[in-house]
Amino acid sequence: MKVLVAVKRVIDAYVKVRVKSDGSGVETQNVKMSMNPFCEIAVEEAVRLKEAGVATEIVAVSCGPQQSQETIRTALAMGADRGILVQSDEALEPLGIAKLLKAVVDKEQPELVLLGKQAVDNDFGQTGQMLSALLGWSQATYASKIEKADGELTVTREIDGGLETVKVKLPAIVTADLRLNEPRYASLPNIMKAKKKPIDALTPDELGVDVAPRLSVLKVAEPPARQAGVKVGSVAELVDKLKNEAKVI
Amino acid sequence: MSILVYAEHDNASLKPVTLNVVAAAKAIAEKAGGEIHVLVAGSGCGAAAEEAAKIEGVAKVLKADSAEYEAKLAENVAPLLVKLAEGYDYLLAPTTTGGRNVLPRAAALLDVQGISDISGVEDADTFVRPIYAGNALATVQSSDAKKLITVRGTAFDAVAAEGGSATVEEVGAEGDAGLSSFVGQELTKSERPELTSARVIVSGGRGMQSGENFAMLERIADKLGAAVGASRAAVDAGFVPNDYQVGQTGKVVAPELYIAVGISGAIQHLAGMKDSKVIVAINKDEEAPMFQVADYGLVADLFQAVPELEAELDKG
Ligand SMILES: Cc1cc2nc3c(=O)[nH]c(=O)nc-3n(C[C@H](O)[C@H](O)[C@H](O)COP(=O)(O)OP(=O)(O)OC[C@H]3O[C@@H](n4cnc5c(N)ncnc54)[C@H](O)[C@@H]3O)c2cc1C
Ligand SMILES: Cc1cc2nc3c(=O)[nH]c(=O)nc-3n(C[C@H](O)[C@H](O)[C@H](O)COP(=O)(O)OP(=O)(O)OC[C@H]3O[C@@H](n4cnc5c(N)ncnc54)[C@H](O)[C@@H]3O)c2cc1C
Repeated sequence: MKVLVAVKRVIDAYVKVRVKSDGSGVETQNVKMSMNPFCEIAVEEAVRLKEAGVATEIVAVSCGPQQSQETIRTALAMGADRGILVQSDEALEPLGIAKLLKAVVDKEQPELVLLGKQAVDNDFGQTGQMLSALLGWSQATYASKIEKADGELTVTREIDGGLETVKVKLPAIVTADLRLNEPRYASLPNIMKAKKKPIDALTPDELGVDVAPRLSVLKVAEPPARQAGVKVGSVAELVDKLKNEAKVI
Repeated sequence: MSILVYAEHDNASLKPVTLNVVAAAKAIAEKAGGEIHVLVAGSGCGAAAEEAAKIEGVAKVLKADSAEYEAKLAENVAPLLVKLAEGYDYLLAPTTTGGRNVLPRAAALLDVQGISDISGVEDADTFVRPIYAGNALATVQSSDAKKLITVRGTAFDAVAAEGGSATVEEVGAEGDAGLSSFVGQELTKSERPELTSARVIVSGGRGMQSGENFAMLERIADKLGAAVGASRAAVDAGFVPNDYQVGQTGKVVAPELYIAVGISGAIQHLAGMKDSKVIVAINKDEEAPMFQVADYGLVADLFQAVPELEAELDKG
């Protein structure tokens, strides 16, 4: 089974982002960038499927600026076989990305596309579901376990009330949640090997996809700051304050 | 201009978050005008539909009662939303795993860029949404003719569950897409309130050291009528089930009182709880970032402080 994994380059999850003073966005200059953590989980799952003899080839795809190559290289170092960069310097939205990914799927004909459940920068959490809709495929979001049987997958999903298990027909879209696996660190030899793996470059024009945004960002602002309160000296003082000052118990 | 709200329910009753989504619909209706309708799609969902008809401000309830909506599989529900969307300018759902699973699928079929997790309504086409784990608020304007939106429940005060008298209209089903099927669910059973609607939450982190130790927090929770939550580290370590996770990639909560025990206060955790009215931090490390957002901080070993807290609450 051929597997496609969509990977996104984002501001590292542990960086404290700063809103630009002109309100046009957040500071991205000289900020550490990494692969979106949920995409790492998706790549790891693809590699494990290959190690288990279920996946035959893994193609890592990213849409974005030239630097997204680095993100693809990370996927290659983790064990993906080759990469595709759909290069665009425009601000892409999930619908546009889903259309680009659909065009890549039409060319590559994978049986499974793995994505992260959300990207930690824009927190949309839409791309996988949109891609699934455009392809007319089945979808299993928020996956914490994936098992393949004949022509279908059994997927355990993390939902608000607990866990849910669904069967989805292949070809399918699966989006990764936190507990699907723990991504590996790429070893130095594998990082070296990844430099030789091929990355094809495409553009939205070549794929015939219109990615014009539908949303315009009028303003990006800082949320109201929360003031630190007081330290209490004892549990008795805490309970007293909660009862008589805050009046919440 | 009218608005359709996709109700979250378990066929027998509505989930409380539906009332917050109707509140967001009212905020939109104030700018754009139009009626608010609620869609209850399920199987044997008559009781939930009746409940929806009583919600303040709802003019009509659409009931799609059919076997293929039993498990609310996105592949089956999205085509129904697409068909119904013809008659509406706005489609709203809660930012829950249910809403987030189905709405983007419908949006793509309608060639609309969905707007996720709004926390404010600025105008008929302009909304506020948190990005970067709530470290920034983006004001975005949509140029799509229809708007498909998921709503952050905690950002809108619930409308009254009673007072309305909407008509309930049956709508035809769209059939089974045949792409996926439901196998089973393992829902966490609890007598305690649901995290996202609880008035008080007691949350534990890695500092709790084990699942057994969460019993200490449960006893406190029961005295306060609270829900129990957790950090990702506590869930990853297997102390508690996944649905306890509060944070950017778990649940967003805003209770009157949030008690964080043995939680350091990483940005991803703060993203899920920093809009709580009163925050209490109990942590043995006085440098823990949680103290920067806490109204009341107690620097103490939790294994001492939590039993003391229980005893103190017993005093009444
Ligand atoms: C209001 C707004 C402002 C923006 N501003 C900027 C900006 O200033 N600079 C900029 O570069 N971009 C900008 N973008 C684009 C933005 O960063 C995202 O690429 C896009 O909105 C997708 O949202 P998301 O990443 O939250 O998707 P989600 O749906 O949360 O992503 C889920 C999964 O989809 C896949 N995926 C998502 N994006 C890609 C991708 N590009 N390539 C491959 N797979 C992917 C990944 O597997 C990911 O885990 C903006 C978009 C919007 C709507
Ligand atoms: C993509 C991504 C998504 C994430 N999503 C989430 C999310 O949704 N929710 C979330 O919570 N996290 C999330 N995280 C993880 C987050 O970054 C932190 O790792 C996590 O919140 C830490 O949990 P913690 O505070 O319990 O553990 P730690 O950071 O290890 O803190 C434990 C705390 O307990 C205190 N402690 C230990 N023993 C005692 C004692 N005996 N008495 C008192 N105090 C004690 C310590 O001083 C410490 O402050 C995410 C991370 C990533 C990368």
